[in-house]
Amino acid sequence: MSVVAGTANGAVAEAMRQIEPHVVAAYPITPQTEVVEEFAKFVSDGRVRTRFVPVESEHSAMSVCVGASAAGTRVITATSSQGLAYMWEMLYIASGNRLPIAMALVNRALSAPINIHCDHSDSMGARDSGWIQLYCRDAQEAYDTFIQALPIAEHKDVRLPVMVCYDGFIVSHALTRIEMLEDEVVGKFIGPYKAVNPLLSRENPVVYGPLVLYDYYMEFKRQQVEAMERALEVIVKTGNSFGEVSGRSYGLVNSYRMEDAEIALAALSSTARTAEVVADELRDQGIRAGVISPRVFRPFPAEALMQALNGVKAIGVLDRADSFGAGTAPLAADIGAVLQSAGSNIKLYNRVYGLGGRDLTLNDLKEFFLSLERAGQGEEELARFDYLGVRGG
Amino acid sequence: MLEIRWHGRGGQGVVTAAKILAAASLREDKYFQAFPEFGPERRGAPLQAFTRIDNLPIRIYSHITMPDAVVVMDDTLIGNTSLTEGLGAESLLIANFARSPGELRKRLKLQTGRLFTVRATEISLANIGRPVTNTAMLGALLGVCPAVSRETAEEEIRHTLTGKIKPELLEANILSFREAFREVTGE
Repeated sequence: MSVVAGTANGAVAEAMRQIEPHVVAAYPITPQTEVVEEFAKFVSDGRVRTRFVPVESEHSAMSVCVGASAAGTRVITATSSQGLAYMWEMLYIASGNRLPIAMALVNRALSAPINIHCDHSDSMGARDSGWIQLYCRDAQEAYDTFIQALPIAEHKDVRLPVMVCYDGFIVSHALTRIEMLEDEVVGKFIGPYKAVNPLLSRENPVVYGPLVLYDYYMEFKRQQVEAMERALEVIVKTGNSFGEVSGRSYGLVNSYRMEDAEIALAALSSTARTAEVVADELRDQGIRAGVISPRVFRPFPAEALMQALNGVKAIGVLDRADSFGAGTAPLAADIGAVLQSAGSNIKLYNRVYGLGGRDLTLNDLKEFFLSLERAGQGEEELARFDYLGVRGG
Repeated sequence: MLEIRWHGRGGQGVVTAAKILAAASLREDKYFQAFPEFGPERRGAPLQAFTRIDNLPIRIYSHITMPDAVVVMDDTLIGNTSLTEGLGAESLLIANFARSPGELRKRLKLQTGRLFTVRATEISLANIGRPVTNTAMLGALLGVCPAVSRETAEEEIRHTLTGKIKPELLEANILSFREAFREVTGE
C-alpha cells in the first residue's frame, strides 16, 4: 500500500493500469479527459498490454466495447456528460447482451446551455439503461469502487455492465490523499478473466443480438431484472472481500450517525460528505441529525435504506439532477416509493441543488437540515419539492 | 482546518502553488485538498485556486468562502474586490506588493484582516529572471502561516519541479522561495 497525493481521475487511471483489461475504447471529454490521457500513456509506455482503441466518438467507443466484450475480452471505458448521451443506444446493447463492461463516469451537466461542471443529469438519464450504478463520495471511493466494478459485473449471477460515478471537478480534479493498493493485490482481487459464451468460439457457436419479438423479448428483460436483484448481494460480498484486502469495506448504503437520527439528509456522491460535517455541528447542538448516501443507485437498495431510516421523522432528499415536470427528482422518487410501499410515515422533502456545478454551502445545508427539524416537529409547513441555492426561487 | 485562497493570473503557476502546498502537507502526514476554480483557461486572466489542510480527513466539498489566508501573486490584481471576499479579522492577506502593508491597506480600503507584503516580482526577477512569483509567494505564505515547515515545502518544490524545469531554474526557484520566506513583512 502507498499513500499518494492524487486526483480521482489519476487514481482511476491507475486502477485501470492495475486491472490491465484486454481492451479499452474511449474518447476524451472534460472532466473525464485525464483518465483517458493517463491510461493512453500507460499503453504507449508499454506498462500494460491492453489494446487501446482510439475512436472518433463515444458511440463508437461503446460499440467497440460491446464487440470486444462479446468476443470474450475484459473491457473498460470512461466518459462524461455529452459523451454518455452519445453512447445512449449502445448502453442498452451492452446491458441487453449481458456484457460485463466497466465504465468510469465522471459526472457533468448536460448541454444546453453548455456547462462543464458537475451534476448528475448524465448518469440519471442512463438510470434505466440496465447498467449497475455505483456512486462515490470521494477520490478514495472512486479508486476502490472502480477496482470492485469488474468482479461485480463479471459475477456469474450478475453479468451486467457497471457504471462507477464520481463528481466532475469537485472530486475528479481535486488533489487529495489517496491510499493505493499494490499491483499484485489488485491483480489477485480482479482475477483472470473467464469469458462466458464468447462470440469467437468455434467449439461453442453463439449468437449475440438476434431478433426477438413478443415471443421471448419479455423473458430477456425479466432476466435482466433478476440479475439486477441478485447484484445487491454480489455488491455486498464484493465490498466485504475488498475490505479484507484493503481495510475499507463497502456496502449498499452509507449511513452516518443514523442510529438514533430523527432527521436525515440523503444525497449521492460528494455532497453526502459535506452533509456529514453539518450533521456533526447539529449533533453538538443536541439535534439528532444523520446522513444517508446510497452507494448503489441501480439496483436500488430498498431494504438497506429502510433499515437505515428506522426512527427518522423527516428526510430531506438532495438531488443533483431534475426530472423536469415530474415534481420529484430521481433519488427522491425512488426513496419516496420505498417509503410508500413500506407504509412509512416519514415525511420526505425534495430539493434539487448544484446543477451545473452550483456550489452548495455548509450554510445552505444547515438551513435545510434545521427546516426539516421544524417540519418533523410539525412546527413548519415545508414545500415538498423546490430548488436550493437558486435565484428567484 | 486551514483554508487558503490563491489569486493570480493564468500562466503564473497559481494552481501549481496550491498543489505544491497540499502535496507538501502529505509529507507531514496531513490531509488536504487542492483545486483550481475551473473555467476557461486563458493566459493572463485572473484566476483562483484553493488549498485545504487538516490533521483529520477533510469532508467538505464546498468552495472556500471564508479563507484563513489569501495569497495575491500579482500586484495588478490589487483593487479587485474578489481578493478580500470573506476575509475575517484574523484572516491573513499576503500580497506581492512593493510597498508597506500600511500602503496596501489604504489601497484595498480594508478595515479587517492582517496584511503582509513581499516584493515577490523583484525577488523572482532577480533569481529566476522572469516574473513568475508562485514559489516566492509560497515562501511568503509559509513565512507568516506555518502550514508546513520550510524544509518540507522545499522538498516538495524539488519533487514537483524536477524534470519539469532545468536544474538551475529549480535552484533559482528555491532561492526565490527562501528570500520571500525571510522578507515578508507585516503591519
